[in-house]
Amino acid sequence: MASAAAVEAKGVTKVFGAGQDAVRALDGVSVTIRENEFFTLLGPSGCGKTTLLRLIAGFDFPTEGEILLYGQDIAPLPPFRRPVNTVFQNYSLFPHMTVGQNIGFGLEMLGKPKAEVEARVTEMLRLVRMEELRNRKTSQISGGQQQRVALARALAPAPKVLLLDEPLSALDYKLRKDMQIELKRLQHETGITFIFVTHDQEEALTMSDRIAVMSKGHILQVGAPRNIYDHPAERFVANFIGETNFLQGELAGTAGNKANVRLTCGGAAIAATLPEGFAPKEKVTVVVRPEHAQIVVNGTRATLTGKLENVVYFGTDTHFHVRLEDGNEFIVRQQNSRTNPHKFTQGDQAGIVIDDNAAQVLRD
Amino acid sequence: MASASDIMTTAGGTVASAKEVAEAAQRKDTRNRWYLMLPALVIIMVAAIGPLFIMAVYSVLAKGDYGGVTSALSTDAWFSVVLERDIFDDTLSFADAHMTVFWRSVRLAGITTIFTLIFGFPTAYFITTRPERQRDIWLFLVTIPFWTNLLIRTFAIQELIRRDGVINNVLTYLGIIDTPIQMLNTDFAIGLGMVYVYLPLMVLPIYASMEKLDFRMVEAGYDLYAGRLAVLRRIIIPLVKPGIIAGSILVFIPAIGAYVTPALLGGGKKMMVSNLISLQFGQGRNWPLGAALSITLMAIVMIALMIYVRNASRTSSRAH
Repeated sequence: MASAAAVEAKGVTKVFGAGQDAVRALDGVSVTIRENEFFTLLGPSGCGKTTLLRLIAGFDFPTEGEILLYGQDIAPLPPFRRPVNTVFQNYSLFPHMTVGQNIGFGLEMLGKPKAEVEARVTEMLRLVRMEELRNRKTSQISGGQQQRVALARALAPAPKVLLLDEPLSALDYKLRKDMQIELKRLQHETGITFIFVTHDQEEALTMSDRIAVMSKGHILQVGAPRNIYDHPAERFVANFIGETNFLQGELAGTAGNKANVRLTCGGAAIAATLPEGFAPKEKVTVVVRPEHAQIVVNGTRATLTGKLENVVYFGTDTHFHVRLEDGNEFIVRQQNSRTNPHKFTQGDQAGIVIDDNAAQVLRD
Repeated sequence: MASASDIMTTAGGTVASAKEVAEAAQRKDTRNRWYLMLPALVIIMVAAIGPLFIMAVYSVLAKGDYGGVTSALSTDAWFSVVLERDIFDDTLSFADAHMTVFWRSVRLAGITTIFTLIFGFPTAYFITTRPERQRDIWLFLVTIPFWTNLLIRTFAIQELIRRDGVINNVLTYLGIIDTPIQMLNTDFAIGLGMVYVYLPLMVLPIYASMEKLDFRMVEAGYDLYAGRLAVLRRIIIPLVKPGIIAGSILVFIPAIGAYVTPALLGGGKKMMVSNLISLQFGQGRNWPLGAALSITLMAIVMIALMIYVRNASRTSSRAH
């Protein structure tokens, strides 16, 4: 699926304010977003993800660096000349217009003939399944419906790139789940490049083709959800997405992107994956996801051993909190089975076996 | 004072249902709010509706010889608002002198409203887009004209624009002009004075509306290919329309009855409706005519405002 670059950021820096109050919202960010891709900028608030989106939309201008849209530098274009549209976090629907007028606004501003605008509005209303609400005022519809109108309004002019600024954060859990599927469907049907901003890791993992994890104005890692989850390259990424166990170790040997790591605790050697751009060093940190390890009864050959401090039941699975010999905690998540329930109780001595190739070495 | 026991007894000794208690509380609440409104209500009754009623009555009475009214009913006053009887041959003609005066006042008020809007809207926009801490200072500056008496301010403008006033002197000194420009006692002077006096009344309501405007709407407009002018016309103006309407009303109504400014800056050469009315109660000694003219003025204002508000609200809800 090699496709053209829709948006390219090259060394983009954005500084707000000046002098002592200056804030570097983005610090030399470079990223390529491919055509027809569902690309997510994921990070905590203040990481610069919305700033990057606003730079692409044209509401702010980069202090340094350039942004290319299909190879063309968009710096000289004001927002109303950029073939990108935005779905705003608060939707920003025009309260003095009806649902239909809101959706048709962009096309009207592009000077399309009235009949074409009307036809497109009808088409968009059908796409978001809101045909019957065309003549309502935007204040007369629910939050979920407003969300759909905002989407339809941004999609109506058929932008090359659709920017979505945390569009689901105001919705309740059930609605959010529905909209996630809906958004994915819309992206598939329209074939438009989506750039989606969120702080919700679950949202990012379910919807995206690729994710860029951001922190403090930097992009730390870009990759497919599975890649980001299974092979986090940095401590921040591992921590921000999902639960993680950190283990200290020494690099015993490498071959390609594989490494042999001798764990400090217990001295067992495990196979681990090296991150891209890894600079060889002796002491390394290894991460293991809780579901990538098994808990075994004491005495079995295990990678790690410790005392079972807590057994927490979660319905679908159980979390075992094991206090390792070096004092650190290691969590194992195991799916519950009716035919073969676990037989561990709090206070037991237990062993941990790490799955093959489950361990990932961090860059830092 | 409202208390729980009051409410319980209204329910007639039996155990009051939650709904009854709530309704009783609601009634009590409504009643209390009426008390809060009472002082304003009394003032409006005494100072506005009372005199209005008296005016209406006076306008249909015969005039007294030395001012005031007699108890005899007469339609003379209303008659002479629109018609004139020739003093020699008693022929009737349209009272175009009165109409001219009315038209002049309406026109002046209209022009004042338009110019205060043209100057006031960008001012309000400027203030709204300042950082929050600065806005109070700008608003304070806008209200400064209210601090001094109108008469004094008007004399000050005279001082600026008269033949040997500050502006002419400076321009002559700089060699830009060699004969002084006639500014005082012109329509320009009246316009200048009126716009200056009423500008704050336009700026403040528009600011109040604009401050509530979510500027992300403006970004949404830009995002949807609306240029600066289209954003102004299709998004900002419709959303601050309540402020524009309120400001226009606040300027138009007092401007139509303007008295001091046209007299002092226009040289009193052209009679305004307020001069005409006060004349009837003074030297003219024709109170019924004064009363009839006042009511006519009020009717004109009300009709003008009704047309304005209706048009304004129609354009804002224009169908797609």
